[in-house]
Amino acid sequence: MSASATITTPTPALEMRGLAVASMKNPNITMAADVNWTVNPGEFWVVGAPQNSGKSDFLMTAGGIMSPAAGEFSFLGQPMPIFEESRMAHRLKLGFVFDGGQLVGSLTVAENLALPLRYHSRLSADDIEARVTELLELTELMPWANRTPANVTRSWRQRAGLARALALTPEVLLLDSPLTGLDLRHMVWWLGLLDELSRGHRILGGQPLTLVATADDLRPWRKHASHVACLHKRQFLVLGDWDAVDDSSEPAVKELLQE
Amino acid sequence: MQEAETTMLAAPPPRAGLGRFYTDLIGRRVFKFLIALHGVGAFALITFGVMLRKFSVARSVVRPLIAREISRAGVKLMPMFLFAALALGFLVIGQTVSLLTRVGAANNYLGSIMVLVVVRELGPLLTAFLVLARVGTANVVELGTARAMGEVESLEALGIDPVHYFVVPRVIGMAVGIFALTIYLILGTLGSGYLWAFVQDVPIQPGDYFNQLAGALTYMDFILLALKTVAFGFIIAIVTCYHGLAQPLQLDQISRATVRAVGQSVIACVALDALFIIAYLTI
Repeated sequence: MSASATITTPTPALEMRGLAVASMKNPNITMAADVNWTVNPGEFWVVGAPQNSGKSDFLMTAGGIMSPAAGEFSFLGQPMPIFEESRMAHRLKLGFVFDGGQLVGSLTVAENLALPLRYHSRLSADDIEARVTELLELTELMPWANRTPANVTRSWRQRAGLARALALTPEVLLLDSPLTGLDLRHMVWWLGLLDELSRGHRILGGQPLTLVATADDLRPWRKHASHVACLHKRQFLVLGDWDAVDDSSEPAVKELLQE
Repeated sequence: MQEAETTMLAAPPPRAGLGRFYTDLIGRRVFKFLIALHGVGAFALITFGVMLRKFSVARSVVRPLIAREISRAGVKLMPMFLFAALALGFLVIGQTVSLLTRVGAANNYLGSIMVLVVVRELGPLLTAFLVLARVGTANVVELGTARAMGEVESLEALGIDPVHYFVVPRVIGMAVGIFALTIYLILGTLGSGYLWAFVQDVPIQPGDYFNQLAGALTYMDFILLALKTVAFGFIIAIVTCYHGLAQPLQLDQISRATVRAVGQSVIACVALDALFIIAYLTI
């Protein structure tokens, strides 16, 4: 048997071909067209885009929350979006962190974290409580566990959104502008934890997590994300590593680097 | 001067134009009504489908939500319904006694009139309207806010069907709540009715009064009462949830959505009540 026959290509975590992204508010408006992009398992991508350029729409389409206007894409080998109950287990391998957390307002922070576990898993109440405690400790949310989202500041709600997305041990995590509006302390914490998750964290059983985050400023991500893409004026540019970013003459990239 | 007079004479729209204006207006209203009916009907079918398909899904999450909704649309409204029962009994008996004493028949028809007015008509309809005012409006505001704050998308991202989480408990809770509250309202009204008759010196014994009630009730009253109250609960929950949840809302649009939901719920309940009157008359 030849050596080449034993080499297997990993199934891409996300693969988009000719994808068009519509606006959530007005489906007739296209926010990104002809997106061709492959995210391999274990990669850490940051997608830079100015404000109001469709970052959230793009990420929600990638997360299967919105249907694409055109084209096709797959998640870990299966076509997206997934709405069928029969493929829900596969769909839950993808976690999503919204800008601002978007927690359920009628539940406390701890109840928000427990919600996906109570809904999808067959864990006992004690096991769910133990998992929630673990997530609260990881995200330093213990003091806010019994407060409703309205009584927690945005920075901590954002962390609660992360904790909730990690509850079901995803393999791919999409984060919508996770650093927006954070002070330096919170920003350092986020970048540190995302690095650990990317390498493999005990909270996920040591498995490296594939990460895709959006940002309107690429500078904080330089020593953390391994790959960079850019969304500007409905065009999706796959730049590659940071050397490619530095070599890029695209004005949009310069703008996102604040140069 | 002559020119001004000519302009003034020309100012009112011609008769044909005015007629066109009104037919257009009615046409637009009818068209809007049909669109709303289509939207609410589709939402009702989706909800019914989710109720059946996900009957045994995530019971540990949905059951407490149903219990909370039953409490909200039922148990917590009990004090208000006690007051409503006293008032309704007074209202119906007061008017009936004043009318029937003129023909000397007050003690012969009180029970029959109570069944006719309270059991068949006012009891279910008044309950539906009070629950709509107290809980239905809150549904639109809560769900509209949840929609505006992106909670629907966050549930979808977690693989949780928003209809299963937000709508199904409200539909079941409101159907059970309106059914139970109607029973309490009717029992309270029948009891308070006798009390008011006693206060007004109507010479009727409790046994005679309750014999009249039992004589006026048929088995169909019980069946149609149950169907009607559950249908009212279903309609109010569906219409209010539809206006709160089914379309993306901005925070400033919630008040208008609430007004629309109340108007449509009232129309739908009255229309359904009319259908039940036909059922009573034909069976």
